[in-house]
Amino acid sequence: MAEEIIRLDKVCKAYNIGLPSQTEVLHDIDLRLERGEFLALMGPSGSGKSTLLNIIGLLDRPTSGRLFIKGAETSALGDADLTRLRGHTIGFVFQYHHLISAFTALENVMMPLLVENGFPGAEIERRARDLIARVGLQSVSHHLAMNMSGGQQQRIAVARALAMNPDLILADEPTGNLDSKSADAVFDLMRQVNRDSGASFLIVTHNLALAKRCDRIIEVVDGRIRD
Amino acid sequence: MNRWLPFEWIAAVRFLREGRLQTLFIIAGIAIGVGVIVFMSAMLAGLEANFLKRVLTSQPQIQLLPLDQVARPLRNRKGEMEIATIQRPSQRIISIDQWPKIRDNMLAIPEVTAVAPTMTGSMLAVRGDASRAITVNGVEPGSYFQIVRVPDYIVAGEARLTSEDIILGMELARDLGATIGDKLNIRAASGATRALTVSGIVDLGNKGANMRMTYVALRTAQSLLGMIGGVTTIDLTVRDIYAADVLARQIQSSNAVKAESWMKTNAQFFTAVRAQSTSNTLIRIFVGLSIAFGIAAVLIVSVIQRSKEIGILRAMGAARGQILRIFLIQGGVLGFFGSLFGLALGVGALVYWHSIARQVDGSELFPLIIERSLIVNTAILATVTGLLAAMAPALRAAKLDPVVAIRG
Repeated sequence: MAEEIIRLDKVCKAYNIGLPSQTEVLHDIDLRLERGEFLALMGPSGSGKSTLLNIIGLLDRPTSGRLFIKGAETSALGDADLTRLRGHTIGFVFQYHHLISAFTALENVMMPLLVENGFPGAEIERRARDLIARVGLQSVSHHLAMNMSGGQQQRIAVARALAMNPDLILADEPTGNLDSKSADAVFDLMRQVNRDSGASFLIVTHNLALAKRCDRIIEVVDGRIRD
Repeated sequence: MNRWLPFEWIAAVRFLREGRLQTLFIIAGIAIGVGVIVFMSAMLAGLEANFLKRVLTSQPQIQLLPLDQVARPLRNRKGEMEIATIQRPSQRIISIDQWPKIRDNMLAIPEVTAVAPTMTGSMLAVRGDASRAITVNGVEPGSYFQIVRVPDYIVAGEARLTSEDIILGMELARDLGATIGDKLNIRAASGATRALTVSGIVDLGNKGANMRMTYVALRTAQSLLGMIGGVTTIDLTVRDIYAADVLARQIQSSNAVKAESWMKTNAQFFTAVRAQSTSNTLIRIFVGLSIAFGIAAVLIVSVIQRSKEIGILRAMGAARGQILRIFLIQGGVLGFFGSLFGLALGVGALVYWHSIARQVDGSELFPLIIERSLIVNTAILATVTGLLAAMAPALRAAKLDPVVAIRG
């Protein structure tokens, strides 16, 4: 049996608890993700996909239920421990790239390692260069984000997500803001990384054609999972 | 990317560089504020030093005088007086009782730097048809010139005081038509007269003093006033001029003399110095506050502009402390560089103003005093102000919820 990376056990999420405006976003979510899996998460807008992704990414906490990362329960962890665990285990790719505009492509890829190590050593730079080579963007490694196309920025974002060699990469509509050619290129890149590094992927997408190319599709409707 | 710079410094400097227009404007604002503080502080310190020098080198810092002469009413019994009203007696010029002993006591006080016995009285100076009422100061040049720098004020002749010499204020010399080497008849109220030679003419920086002040040898004054061996005042200078009042009270309580400090005899001047110092402090506080609010405003805007990036950094594993430090460093860097430019601006303005601002007599308005402590303290203060001003925006950035920040 493959190694378990993520397990959600009856996870619920509600906002404005105790107020008249209380909103239940997720209901009793059970989900298991194994090493090397490549999952698509689909669903209509407002169904709770992003909230689920934020909870799995340790950016948000569930109202009830339990979240296990590589077998360890996370609900008792404090903010600092969650931050550390997130930095080491999870990489993020967002729809709008979110490269840090004051830094070059190479420096953006170095950033997670820099956050972790504190100083930009030669080893960090070598790893970042390798990752940029892997996404095929050596030519723009010294460009600022504003001087790159959307597709290039998203490939740099994928390289950045790989910097810490994470077990899981969460991608929130990574191709949603790209033309079809760039979207295909970015998707192919993620698939390639998945095969090469063995990192698991959970991709939120509205693109059914791309979702069909994933190992499994999970649909979230009204805060519940429908396989 | 500098290998020796930690992540927080790299991010702080890059953020400041990216918003370079914003950074330039706030640094210019800080520089102007710091420049004003440096310019004002150094100029006011110079003016104060000049005023103090002029006041304190033209008069003693503590003056010991004979006790007031008081009427002693006759008493019948305890608590019962013979007369209903007591008339204050006229104050004769009298010598300080046992003054050599008091002088020795004063010399034994460590805070006292110079002691000079003097004999002072009013007389008449006559030359030809002209006569003027004058104040005669009989002094021992060796000790008195340490207290009142008469040689520094000489405009003609020299500060020589043998028993036949007299030094005159410049207005008095003009009124009497006297020049160096001329003879003057000095007549006391008792009728005693001496013919003295003008050895020097002084400008004491005050028209009233220049119109009546004269200096003669102590023995000459004693002879004219008929008090051989007596002195009417003992003048002192002290180490700490601002402790003069306290020391005067101590001296008065332990010696049979009346002791007056320069602060008491120049109360108006002293109040003006204090008021100037207070207003300078207030201006510094308000300029400092406006700098702090300027830095805080710029950094708050920066936090809002960069909230998505802060969220991404947090998602990548950046701790709240790291985010806090990124913005604190920005505040400190703004304060430090603002203070450097401000110091250059302030010192430049000071040197320029010093070169063009002149007193009526053409001498410098204030001495150019740029102390190292002012430079260092201003740079430290501006940097600390920057750090403190950055605290609120930095805390706001550190507390940002990454989910909310990324969603924008």
